[in-house]
Amino acid sequence: MQPIIDITGIRKTYASGLEALQPIDLSIQRGEIFALLGPNGAGKTTLISIICGIANPSAGRISIDGLDIVRDYRQVRQRIGLVPQELAVSMFESVWDTVRFSRSLFGCKPNDDYLSNLLKDLSLWDKKDSHIMALSGGMKRRVLIAKALAHEPSVLFLDEPTAGVDVELRRDMWSMIRKLRHNGVTVILTTHYIEEAEDMADRIGVINKGKIVLVEEKHALMQKLGQKTMTLHLNAPLPEIPAALQEYNLQLSEQGRALIYQYNSADRKEGVAPLLAKVGELNIDYHDLSTKQSSLEEIFVSLVHQPDTHNAEATP
Amino acid sequence: MNGYGIKAIYLFELARTWRTLMQSIASPVLSTSLYFIVFGSAIGSRIVEIDGIHYGAFIIPGLIMLTILTESTSNASFGIYMPKFTGTIYEILSAPVSALEIVIGYVGAAATKSVILGLIILVTARCFVDYSIAHPLWMLAFLMLTCLTFSLLGFLIGLWAKSFEQLQIIPMMVITPLTFLGGSFYSISMLPEFWQKVTLFNPVVYLVSGFRWSFYGAADVHIGISLAMIAIFIAIFSALIAWIFHTGYKLRP
Ligand SMILES: Nc1ncnc2c1ncn2[C@@H]1O[C@H](COP(=O)(O)OP(=O)(O)OP(=O)(O)O)[C@@H](O)[C@H]1O
Ligand SMILES: [Mg+2]
Repeated sequence: MQPIIDITGIRKTYASGLEALQPIDLSIQRGEIFALLGPNGAGKTTLISIICGIANPSAGRISIDGLDIVRDYRQVRQRIGLVPQELAVSMFESVWDTVRFSRSLFGCKPNDDYLSNLLKDLSLWDKKDSHIMALSGGMKRRVLIAKALAHEPSVLFLDEPTAGVDVELRRDMWSMIRKLRHNGVTVILTTHYIEEAEDMADRIGVINKGKIVLVEEKHALMQKLGQKTMTLHLNAPLPEIPAALQEYNLQLSEQGRALIYQYNSADRKEGVAPLLAKVGELNIDYHDLSTKQSSLEEIFVSLVHQPDTHNAEATP
Repeated sequence: MNGYGIKAIYLFELARTWRTLMQSIASPVLSTSLYFIVFGSAIGSRIVEIDGIHYGAFIIPGLIMLTILTESTSNASFGIYMPKFTGTIYEILSAPVSALEIVIGYVGAAATKSVILGLIILVTARCFVDYSIAHPLWMLAFLMLTCLTFSLLGFLIGLWAKSFEQLQIIPMMVITPLTFLGGSFYSISMLPEFWQKVTLFNPVVYLVSGFRWSFYGAADVHIGISLAMIAIFIAIFSALIAWIFHTGYKLRP
């Protein structure tokens, strides 16, 4: 299937000379939830701004639904909704006026029924006549989401939607995003919170220092990069690790009643089978076996903090 | 053409005026009244007539110009500067509206407001002096064209400005002095010959003169030159705005 967003060779160098994005190639599939994960300053907002027409790329092309974002900007932008990272709303307007404004601005016929339902879905209905100024931060964020959805976009960008948002709103937001996806909307969100990506996303892209370091289907990612720990619970304590098992770098714990093996599940050579076979040969009896997969957070940290050979810091 | 989009921006901007009604309408009316009292009464008692026109009536076109030039500029510049300042510009930039449509929305609203303001001052003036308008249609045309021209200038300043100081510096340091020196309160034929020549470099002279012609049929310079001047300004300001949008200069990083 043709991807809904196709990014080829997008680079961005700010006027300050800062290279915010190195050539980026990325495809987003129709109807998926894509999480863009990266530390502060990685270039997430820059990338989203370029796709949405807020910043100009220094090089490269982006197409949405096969339409070029520059040449066919009208059709493209009609399909896109953006919830920005910063809480930027015109303070003196009422909630209702501001969502109506957004809908018209994006060239849509007024549809008060749709907007009423939207506000109800976002628990904003009772605030519809309030001035935005008088709303709390979390409520303002809901207003931004309502504005982004006012023109019924088919692609929704959420730039750190849960920054400064309480647990309840976060839960509401997730159920809303699932509903959107159910209706065929493609959702791209950025986040620092790994659990969010882990909970929500179908695919995850990790961006660091302006480069996409990895794009992977979430489960595949966790499998592929997952550091795993296997623990054998022994029937009789072992005084020390048998010499025959030396090559596996095992550890003993629980006074010799548990044998711990750390391995990478993606590496076929390492797998657990050879070790278990050896353990069998040595007649070490065990009554239980458990494996634990490291969380996405651990994967992420290992990706972002690994030494980066392409970094400019390396050049004198 | 995104008609809904233009309308949304236009109405949003007019609503902003409505929210600040006192400040937008009342204060220019008040200051105009003060001008009438000070200039019309104090100076008018010394200068009775200029070019056969009662002095109080003579200054009406200039007073209207004074207000609409500053109001058009500051209003239009504020209108586009605020979203840049607060960050709400993101929505405009990401919307399916062309540069032209954005300009029509913002500049159209600022110009509309100034035209209304000009007409209010005209009515206010009636409380102080008697006047007649020789060419009412030309008067309206001049009023609208001038409001448009200076709303374009204001929009340009708002796009360019990086701070509130920059926003105010051009209306304060350039437009107000040029208007005062542009024959609002006197006929340039009253100046020594040398200063008459210098004055001709002041573009506001042509606006005031043309506008006054539409009232009283008398002008310092030919009406054709006034119209040509307005056309040149509109062309320059529009070209600069188009260039800013085209390059993204100061608008899209
Ligand atoms: N307008 C700008 N001019 C110059 N540099 C900029 C501009 N905007 C962003 N940058 C720089 O570009 C880099 C990427 O910024 P960006 O906002 O895209 O990061 P991010 O991944 O969204 O970070 P965060 O998680 O903090 O939101 C940063 O080093 C930032 O300082
Ligand atoms: Mg960001």
